[in-house]
Amino acid sequence: MKQKPNVVAGVLTPLWLLFTLIPVYVVVIGSIATAQSFRKGGPLSWPEDLTAGNYGNIITGEFPLYMATTMGIALMTVGLNLLLSLPATYAVVRGKSQATRRVFRIILLGLAIPSQTVLIPLFWIIRSLGLYDSVWAIVLPQAAFGIPMTVLIVSSGMRSIVNELYDAMIVDGATVTQRFLRLALPLSKSPIATVSIFHFLGAWNSFLFPLIFTHSKEMTVMTVGLYKFIGAYDVDYPSLFAAVLLSAFPLLLMYIFARRWLLAGLMGMSGR
Amino acid sequence: MSKLVTRLTSARRQAKAGRGRQAALGPSVMWAIPAVVIYALFALAPILVVVAISFTSWDGVRPAKFVGLENWINLPHIAFLGSSVKIMLVLLVGSILVQLPIGLLLGVWAAGPQRNRAVLCTFFFLPLVLSGVAISIVWRQIMDANFGIPGQFAAIFGGNGNVLGSMEGAIATLLAIGAWGSAPFFGLVFQGAAKGIPQTLYDAAAIDGAGRFRQFFMVTLPQLRATIVMALIFMVVGGLTGFETIMIVTEGGPARKTLTTPLLMYYSAFRDYHLGEGAVIAVLLILAAGGIAVLFAKYSGFDKMESDLEGL
Repeated sequence: MKQKPNVVAGVLTPLWLLFTLIPVYVVVIGSIATAQSFRKGGPLSWPEDLTAGNYGNIITGEFPLYMATTMGIALMTVGLNLLLSLPATYAVVRGKSQATRRVFRIILLGLAIPSQTVLIPLFWIIRSLGLYDSVWAIVLPQAAFGIPMTVLIVSSGMRSIVNELYDAMIVDGATVTQRFLRLALPLSKSPIATVSIFHFLGAWNSFLFPLIFTHSKEMTVMTVGLYKFIGAYDVDYPSLFAAVLLSAFPLLLMYIFARRWLLAGLMGMSGR
Repeated sequence: MSKLVTRLTSARRQAKAGRGRQAALGPSVMWAIPAVVIYALFALAPILVVVAISFTSWDGVRPAKFVGLENWINLPHIAFLGSSVKIMLVLLVGSILVQLPIGLLLGVWAAGPQRNRAVLCTFFFLPLVLSGVAISIVWRQIMDANFGIPGQFAAIFGGNGNVLGSMEGAIATLLAIGAWGSAPFFGLVFQGAAKGIPQTLYDAAAIDGAGRFRQFFMVTLPQLRATIVMALIFMVVGGLTGFETIMIVTEGGPARKTLTTPLLMYYSAFRDYHLGEGAVIAVLLILAAGGIAVLFAKYSGFDKMESDLEGL
């Protein structure tokens, strides 16, 4: 069935493209303009002088340290989250007792708790546990808040493993742990990858937990580093733009080379 | 030799099968205990702790002092609380009116068969690689009165470029940021859902003489109902609890005119160091956001999620 050309889409898509690209243009072009020509020409004009110096400023400054801290914290968050959630998911899916069902229900409840509203009590808990300004002040709450999402997504994948496979392993004398390591985990690779990306993105971009639960330079993550930038009296916008682009660099790479996975992870849906 | 191996393995298998009968019971609840403990400590306990903190006077450093109902009695006198609820609701409704249609159109379009779709989608979903902080910082610069786009236009056409200096301008900017940074996310969600609508429904509608518009309203929208409800929950809960963007772009200004309730909570607690007062506001926000999420879930059948999965 051949359809008439879609006039509405023909008009709206170019407009939306323009709207999407203007900020992108400002950031990319601004990041290679000299501070002076950016101020003189304004954000939309093509700058008189181009320079790579803004990137030089950022790379030789503290920003690489912030990026390394962020990377470490993000990887630890994902790792801890999986370490806690995957056995729990296995118990929820394969467990026969009432208790495991109750666990699933309680954990799903957590999907309804918005993390911003519990900043104050978390601050108290973290201070009381002596975790303030440590890696754990960010990693533990982030990993904890991610548990419901991991359990929800991985459990739907793990449930689709047929009983016969478990039975075959039981006949072979495999223990509960062996069935987890050799059957349940390998066959849930895809949803596990998806939630890992989801939590990595969340941790990489997280802002309020690090802002409130840490304060030292060593614990400064990339988003907080960007935020400190605009606190300065005289903001060097071209360098700020260079920092913004560098902060998104790992995700941009993923966007170019593994877009399906990144977008699936972004939505927290199992990409297969 | 091979016979011996076979016999040995079968013997081992039989021996193990005896043990296996016990193992066949499946994992005990112990497997979930570490997750439950960490989850309870950092995600569930805060809900009780926030209530406790609301009965104290605490500056965040020295030990909290119990003050009974003082913070709660003082609730009506918290400065800007009333106006913060109003502006929060304005921004919430505005965001839905802007982001839901854009997200829907974007998603349904992106699910279609157009030839230029893949290339355009690459650009349309590009904002999703930036963090909320990066997006907010970029837009703050873009709307800057002196060095932003309004400033550049003011230099050419005259007038003042201080868009963020007026309440209307600040609200419009915040809505535009949502359209730029968040609407593509919903577009992505709707794209996934729209791809799942069976083509036969459209074919049937076409045979009945329905054009593109009627197909959109009679087939696409009803089929996306569950996804729309989910997106609405996201938007409403986000609007009731999120404050990163406002904190960075307008800082609640001009003159506290975009100071929303969650931002007020943050400022009371972590700028003015009245964590007791902040906790009172936090309790109200948790009740509002949680209540709405539960209502939506009940109404839309999302709470039956578990039984849906059970069938798989």
